[in-house]
Amino acid sequence: MKNKVYPDFDTAVADVPDGITFMSPGFGGVGIPRNLLAALHRQGAKNLSGISNNSGSMDDKVDVGTLIQAGQVKKMTCAFTAPTHPSQITPFVKMYNDGDIDAELVPQGTLAERMRAAGSGIGAFYTPASVGTELAEGKEHREINGRTYVLEFPLPADFAFIRAWRADTFGNLQFRLTQRNFNPVMAMAADITVVEVEDAIVEPGELDADNIHVPGVYVDRLVKIPNDGIWD
Amino acid sequence: MPDKPRLERQAMCDRLAMEFQNDWIVNLGVGMPTLCSNYIDDSKEIIFHSENGVIGYGPLSQEGHEDQHLVNAGGQNVTQMPGMAIVHHADSFALIRKGMVDVTVMGAYEVSENGDFANWRIPTRKGGGIGGAMDLAACAKRVFIAMEHTTRDGDPRMLKRCQLPITAPGAVTMVATDLGLFLVKDTGFELKEHAPGWTLADIQELTEAKLSAAPDLKEFRFRD
Repeated sequence: MKNKVYPDFDTAVADVPDGITFMSPGFGGVGIPRNLLAALHRQGAKNLSGISNNSGSMDDKVDVGTLIQAGQVKKMTCAFTAPTHPSQITPFVKMYNDGDIDAELVPQGTLAERMRAAGSGIGAFYTPASVGTELAEGKEHREINGRTYVLEFPLPADFAFIRAWRADTFGNLQFRLTQRNFNPVMAMAADITVVEVEDAIVEPGELDADNIHVPGVYVDRLVKIPNDGIWD
Repeated sequence: MPDKPRLERQAMCDRLAMEFQNDWIVNLGVGMPTLCSNYIDDSKEIIFHSENGVIGYGPLSQEGHEDQHLVNAGGQNVTQMPGMAIVHHADSFALIRKGMVDVTVMGAYEVSENGDFANWRIPTRKGGGIGGAMDLAACAKRVFIAMEHTTRDGDPRMLKRCQLPITAPGAVTMVATDLGLFLVKDTGFELKEHAPGWTLADIQELTEAKLSAAPDLKEFRFRD
């Protein structure tokens, strides 16, 4: 089987061009591909469109906000264009207020389902979320069995950067607890999926086939996080 | 009247948690609603769901015993409970959209007498924080709100119609504020329990919407 292991993070993101759309998972600080984002920051690709649950956190750890602060991102698609508390002024908030970055705000379940649609050949879907709110304005509505839904379209990406617990060299992935969050649907939705692995990259056959969370056919590149990498 | 004591946040959340029924799937929003999980009733089994894909998590982790891979919707480290299950984000919201969540408890800036509520954007900010609130509000069987009765400036939050962009129309069924417990009926807000020392007329003065008294209106119920 094809061996998808790359020697380091910089090599794994070296060919990421300007202008692509990328996905960055994570929720509550868990399951964020911090090593790959740090490498993309070093690599310097510009005019990127980011897809993520939030638009960067207040802590000083590497996340999508690191790329935003560096001016590498022109647009974010996410469920938070403002942090949960007004006192939290992230780099994104400053740039958004100044008109230096665009954003599309999407309810979190719709965001995840749009990724699943992109990763599973679904042309569009109807959801009840956001009906009756300003986020549904201008969208196609349809009543089905007495309930009103809005039409939502798939959300694909050129690259997904993924954080997994274990992998085999072919790219079959396992996640641990809430590290899983958006990782599987992002891995499915992207053309090129690049993964940083915490615990181990083992030989094909060593992971239980019944316990694979993302099959390796969706995965293109793997890097084991080294001892001096970003672990939290 | 402003000198009368108001209810503590924990008492407000205790009261909402008393409404949880055995076997309910409960989703707690970030902030004040997480206090609902501090109310323990051994006669009921509650399944706590968090939108990041945890079904059946336990209490907050003890310091020094955190599992860095397990957090709730607020990013707090929580513990595993026997029978806990993990799914990815799209499946977590599949469960929500199917209507399996019996109640979601959220904070709000405003609630209106027709059950609309607003909790994702304020006019002084360009952006908003929706998170999973719209999916949950549209699809959970019940929406409970925990919020202060008035704004920091003393303006009412319980209104005839929301002034801020809403999160979902007609979704709210129960509201706990620091002045009492309210039901949202077809006829509007009904005061079910009042904070000690507060009368319906006192509370009405701080409420834009018209309040009616529940047939069994009584004093606020605290944790036993």
